[in-house]
Amino acid sequence: MNWLTEPFALGFMQRSLIASVIVGVVCSLIGCYVVLRSMAFLGDALAHAILPGVAVAYLAGVNLLAGALVAGLLVAVGISFVSRSGTIREDTAIGVFFAAALALGVVLISTMDTYAVDLTHVLFGNVLGVSEVDLWISGGLAAVVLVCIALLYKRLLVVSFDPILGQTLGLHTDLLRTGLFLMLAATIVVSLRTVGVALVAAMLVTPPAAAYLLTRRLPAMMAVSVAIGVVSAISGLYASYYLNVASGGAMVLVATAFFLLAFVFAPRKGVLARLRSPRRPAAG
Amino acid sequence: MTDLLELRQVSVFYGARAALDAVSLGVQRGAQVAVVGPNGAGKSTLFKALVGLLPIASGEIRIGGHPPGEFREPVAYVPQREEVDWRFPVTVEDVVAMGRYGRKRWFKRLSAVDRQVVRASLDKLGIGQLSDRPIGELSGGQQQRVFLARALAQEPRVLLLDEPFTGVDIGTKEETLELLSGLREQAVTVLVSTHDLDLAAGRFDQVVLLSGHLVSAGSPQEVFTEAHLQSAFGGQMVVVNGKAIVVDQCCGGGERR
Repeated sequence: MNWLTEPFALGFMQRSLIASVIVGVVCSLIGCYVVLRSMAFLGDALAHAILPGVAVAYLAGVNLLAGALVAGLLVAVGISFVSRSGTIREDTAIGVFFAAALALGVVLISTMDTYAVDLTHVLFGNVLGVSEVDLWISGGLAAVVLVCIALLYKRLLVVSFDPILGQTLGLHTDLLRTGLFLMLAATIVVSLRTVGVALVAAMLVTPPAAAYLLTRRLPAMMAVSVAIGVVSAISGLYASYYLNVASGGAMVLVATAFFLLAFVFAPRKGVLARLRSPRRPAAG
Repeated sequence: MTDLLELRQVSVFYGARAALDAVSLGVQRGAQVAVVGPNGAGKSTLFKALVGLLPIASGEIRIGGHPPGEFREPVAYVPQREEVDWRFPVTVEDVVAMGRYGRKRWFKRLSAVDRQVVRASLDKLGIGQLSDRPIGELSGGQQQRVFLARALAQEPRVLLLDEPFTGVDIGTKEETLELLSGLREQAVTVLVSTHDLDLAAGRFDQVVLLSGHLVSAGSPQEVFTEAHLQSAFGGQMVVVNGKAIVVDQCCGGGERR
């Protein structure tokens, strides 16, 4: 079993491990809301939209995560505001913002000498390059997101499931939605180093989607999702160490394997179970 | 005695179209009121305005003297068709338990009393044995009962039911009527919209006949006159052997949204 512990004799690998576990936990948890509220496109868009923030931080010589955080929060508020105005559809608003921010990011990064290498790291992550400062920022943001989810659990459940009940119970549904966007932006920043902006959507969607197939209540879905997310993140890290492949991609592929297994073999909602009892009433 | 619900000249617009046009109305505490009228008459709009889901363009709504949403006692509302995601991972019991949230319970765990109320609400609607089922696996009538149970778990002083008898089986309809009888003893104020004019005439203290504007409100005898029905339903009404017959095209959903 030496191969399990061997990589972590190295300091940078210890940091990578901690970073991966943080990403596995926080992405899979907030991802449950992303999946249940059909916000996958928004998650992907937010991720790409932080690119200009990263570029500006790079050019200014400050920590990349700090730049990403500012950009992410601004875009989260922007999308929330534009889609609330109701004049254009939410997915259109997201599409406009997302493409513009991505373009701005690419333009800014292309002014740099080390364009290709840096862009690759931002897009696909470089878990082996996690610094101690990165770790503190990620850990702090993740803790804030986890505390918010714990405090707002019932409210988020009600507004996600039945916004009309939420309003009649006196909840501020718009504020909660914006809050969720902000938590999502923070989560994406946490994931920047590990999986990168291009693949973070997969870590937000795939573990919760697999967990959804395996469970029937939200608390269980969250627990299973976190388990799948953490196992995927750690497995991806090993793959990256031993096979010398990109860590972010490896993590996503492991999570996808979990999803496919659940899709076929899940006891109640899997393809095989449905074939066996085809008369289950269709949802909706 | 002052009225618990008071509407003074309330108008609600969808764009340029008035869905409710200067409606004035009073409902006494504990009364059971049937709200009737053709499709698009503003029945659903009235309910949404009462719970503060729709802004009113003019006029005033008071519940126990307060604007909608600020009345301290709970107001429960069951929409015509719940527009929830039926694949959401919640069980019947989870949904009914949501009726116990609010009232500053957002941070606390549900108490033993809360659990008891949830249990009793489930049993009252005859769905106690379904409490562990995911809501997506229920039939339409069962789903309706879940949302009625949740409204009951809110221990409301005012209950608004939008078309509870539309598209449900006889059993659910009977259970709902029985539930209303039980609420009468607790002096809960109930407003029910329906297309069933017989039911409105037979089981309710007060009838409100809408057609955009208020056509008539009062006891069933006062409201259900040929002139009033003619005014509300117009071409949908025929007179056969001196009796008015309303051909109400039920449930087209024309007044939603």
